[in-house]
Amino acid sequence: MTERFTKDHEWVRIDGDVATVGITNHAQSQLGDVVFVELPEVGRKAAQGDAVAVVESVKAASDIFLPIAGEVVEVNGDLTGQPALVNEDAEGKAWFFKIKVSNAADLDKLMDRAAYDAFVKENG
Amino acid sequence: MRYLPLSDADRQAMLARVGVADIDALFANVPKDKLLSGLVDLPRAKSELAVERELARFASRNVAAGAVPFFVGAGAYKHHVPATVDHLIQRSEFLTSYTPYQPEIAQGTLQYLYEFQTQVAMLTGMEVANASMYDGSTAASEAVLMAHRQTRRHKAVLAGNLHPHYRETIETVSRMAGNEVVALPPSPTGVEDIAAAIDKTVSCVVVQTPDFFGNLHDLTDLAAKVHAAGALLIAVFTEVVSLGLVTPPGEMGADIVVGEGQSIGNALNFGGPYVGLFATRQNLVRQMPGRLCGETVDKDGRRGFVLTLSTREQHIRREKATSNICTNSGLCVLAFTIHMSLLGEAGLQRLAATNHANAVALAEMLANVPGVTVLNETFFNEFTVKVPGKADAVVEKLAAKGVLGGVPVSRLLPCKPELADLILVASTEVNTDEDRAAYVAALKKVL
Amino acid sequence: MLNRQGRPTGPGEAGARAVTTFSGNSGLSQDEPLLFEIGRTNVTGVDLEEPKSPGKSRLGKLARRGGIGIPGLSEPEVMRHYVRLSQMNYGIDTGLFPLGSCTMKHNPRLNEKMARLPGFADVHPLQPQSTVQGAIALIGELSRWLQVLTGMPAVAMTPKAGAHGELAGMMAIKAAIAARGEKRSTVLVPESAHGTNPATAALIGYRVVSVPARADGTVDPAEVRARLNADVAAIMLTNPNTCGLFERDVVEIAAAVHEAGAFFYADGANFNAIVGKARPGDLGVDAMHINLHKTFSTPHGGGGPGAGPVVLSEALAPFVPVPYVVADAKGVRLVEHAGEPGAQPFGRMSAFHGQMGMFVRAMSYMLSHGADGMRQASEDAVLSANYVKASLQHVMSLPFGDQPCMHEVLFDDRWLEGTGVTTLDFAKAMIDEGFHPMTVYFPLVVHGAMLIEPTESESKHSLDRFIASLDGLARAAKAGDADRFKSAPHFAPRRRLDETKAAREPKLRWSPQEARKEAAE
Repeated sequence: MTERFTKDHEWVRIDGDVATVGITNHAQSQLGDVVFVELPEVGRKAAQGDAVAVVESVKAASDIFLPIAGEVVEVNGDLTGQPALVNEDAEGKAWFFKIKVSNAADLDKLMDRAAYDAFVKENG
Repeated sequence: MRYLPLSDADRQAMLARVGVADIDALFANVPKDKLLSGLVDLPRAKSELAVERELARFASRNVAAGAVPFFVGAGAYKHHVPATVDHLIQRSEFLTSYTPYQPEIAQGTLQYLYEFQTQVAMLTGMEVANASMYDGSTAASEAVLMAHRQTRRHKAVLAGNLHPHYRETIETVSRMAGNEVVALPPSPTGVEDIAAAIDKTVSCVVVQTPDFFGNLHDLTDLAAKVHAAGALLIAVFTEVVSLGLVTPPGEMGADIVVGEGQSIGNALNFGGPYVGLFATRQNLVRQMPGRLCGETVDKDGRRGFVLTLSTREQHIRREKATSNICTNSGLCVLAFTIHMSLLGEAGLQRLAATNHANAVALAEMLANVPGVTVLNETFFNEFTVKVPGKADAVVEKLAAKGVLGGVPVSRLLPCKPELADLILVASTEVNTDEDRAAYVAALKKVL
Repeated sequence: MLNRQGRPTGPGEAGARAVTTFSGNSGLSQDEPLLFEIGRTNVTGVDLEEPKSPGKSRLGKLARRGGIGIPGLSEPEVMRHYVRLSQMNYGIDTGLFPLGSCTMKHNPRLNEKMARLPGFADVHPLQPQSTVQGAIALIGELSRWLQVLTGMPAVAMTPKAGAHGELAGMMAIKAAIAARGEKRSTVLVPESAHGTNPATAALIGYRVVSVPARADGTVDPAEVRARLNADVAAIMLTNPNTCGLFERDVVEIAAAVHEAGAFFYADGANFNAIVGKARPGDLGVDAMHINLHKTFSTPHGGGGPGAGPVVLSEALAPFVPVPYVVADAKGVRLVEHAGEPGAQPFGRMSAFHGQMGMFVRAMSYMLSHGADGMRQASEDAVLSANYVKASLQHVMSLPFGDQPCMHEVLFDDRWLEGTGVTTLDFAKAMIDEGFHPMTVYFPLVVHGAMLIEPTESESKHSLDRFIASLDGLARAAKAGDADRFKSAPHFAPRRRLDETKAAREPKLRWSPQEARKEAAE
């Protein structure tokens, strides 16, 4: 399974042609208490970089951008009732949605774990 | 100047601490040629007495509603407001406080907002209400935008009997935002086929009850048709007292209920400030505009209140906000809540019953005036009469006889000559038998 | 004989014990349940006459069947309920309220008295115009004063608040551009702007392009020019800006905007700094809303009602929304519909004619101050802010260097680095000192922003006490007393509230079902 990261602090895990997307542990720690997650509709098709979801803390709303182009095939309904899950297990149980990848080449533009860690370190 | 505490000696001492020679040094960023050297061409400061005299001169040229037999409505209503209300809203800590951004020292404001939200939800038969909008018309306009966001459609259908000012307010924003509006023609008898205008591209239907002409509507069937098309039903009222006696829109399938709350706690004020009420269903709350107060606990576990779900709002979401509103109608909300707390359900029902009884009595008397017809089958405290000749001339002649007898429909719908002989007549608890007799006598004379 | 009767008159021997009361109250500070917990649905505090012998009901099938659920209270209970709630609030009359950008100046009670004259308060908006000539004339007179003070030829009086005024101004701009046969879709907004600016532009379909601030906190005309093109409809610029600085290149920016065929919308939230000192009309402004509740002291009332008349340039004047006041030989009248020669109103902002109650209060304020008093008020507001700045800049940090500010001074949080104290903690400690906190975390362009606006209403004595308290707090923070701040406020009706809980589990109303459930637990 390939794991990649974006500069917008999302993680992507690829399993066949399905990618699971969430936000990184670093991102959740920066956001503070997550109080709401707005998820995309299943069936929505979007391009890499499109804003498809929103994660809200008490004082801020942050867009979640699609890391790779594709169609949303599943969303994590648990987040609707338990937004705190994002703070508790950002890179595990608190995945946001799954997409059917339409352009695997998009993946090349993303970072691996080491590159992301360096990116975070560099940008505070 | 009585409002400015600094003396010239203070100012000199302060300038010295700041380290500048004169005040204009602090205005150094203003382009030299744009800084005014003298006073603008307006009068100098006046004493309190002089100001009172001057403003009283303006006030004296208006006929106060309480001074004459008064039957004017059409979206604003003359009611009696208990003295307690005005005393309490002038308490310093209410009057001179700000939007409750620091909840630890604004629990008073926050608690009354919470009480207000609850009262409005109960009255309208809805699950949640916000902390108010500017007035009923802007609440209606915001409701349409909310329906567009929720349904991702951009076409609103407006019932023909929606208050014309509300219609124009919605049309203005819609035109500017590039949204479509289908406004049906007015129908004084209240018969119109709204359902025929609904299709799958419609985001919402806006319908008023009691409507502009006073007719009451059962929205149940309409709601079913609106929902079948995947749209939302927005119910509007301009007389909140009606909810003491009539079936609330929430029990008839409305998704958003908006209206004018002026009648409870607030004076006529020549049209403002008023208070817009806005209620909806729980599952739509994140698309709701305006401030929301919610319950929570403090560090010691004591119950307290805060503004919440703020990420919908302009100060956080900026261009993605649900609305640009920030200020609402805080003090008018307080007046509403205090008056409603005094009334309670029992008082509100009695107040509404008195309004209805007075209006029924007046309608019967006016119907007996030769040449006059009451058009309504149903109404609450306002109805439409047809008079021989031009209604605006009749209303002017009544005013000359010391009776403010209603609103000529042509004042709001001048482009509808077929409605030029209609007057909207409202009667509330303030009207006496003498008032009604005076109206009938004057009307007989001017016709 | 010694008479040993009567009460002791010394302070007694005080114990050091902290007492928890049985009532939950602490002396003058009384807790108050929700209305729904003390009211009864069969009680009313209003004695209403028996309804007239009910004629035939005309409600048809629409008579309400179920109850409403709203409880009532007797009049003494209502009085106590709301007086106790009021005592949990901080107001301008309580103490210094330096909320930057919000202008919490004194609210003269004369204004309240005037607004309640029956000739203003008890007048219906749709009475025949012949019976409201004084009301219409007052709107006309207030319009004239606003035009003179701003140097602008027209004003739309109907907007109900600042953000509503912004909307009116931007709609006038959109209408004017459409009348030229053009279509422009972009609006420039500096990063430091109020959130209402981009929200307003977006509401009527504009794409918002952000303009960065330069190192001194103002907008660089070069940055504006770089973004101007034939698609730009307007710039929305706050002046004085939200950093408390006068945009020194405002004239150059206006000229560039006009050259590109765009309009200059000025956010007038901070007009109170320059009333009587400079006129927006002289600076190239096309439209500017005026928050009557800030500049002209109509009360903020815990969040409104406000009023937001918007002054307009010659180019925008024809587009003023209905209704508007016209004065001619026959007297004054309200024009309520389109169709007058020369006018192309873009529509209507709301029902009726605007915030009359606020107009009377603002007029009362203006008449009281006069041209001289208003100019002095602006100068005093600016002087007071600079006095606070000069007195605290050695212990706090200025984001844009040492330059004069206007009516408010902006500090950042660099001076708190390493203390473990945040801007929010510092604000909460101010509550313990008896002050309302300043505006915090706004404008967004400054880290940990603290925006202090003392206004012209404070005496030097009051300013000195405020400065001394902030100085003391600042020194305490730097001396490592973070605890004082982290646990603040200590002396408020509530400690810090759990906003996360409020947002995660929104409870937006009282409900009988939930109350029963909680009682059972």
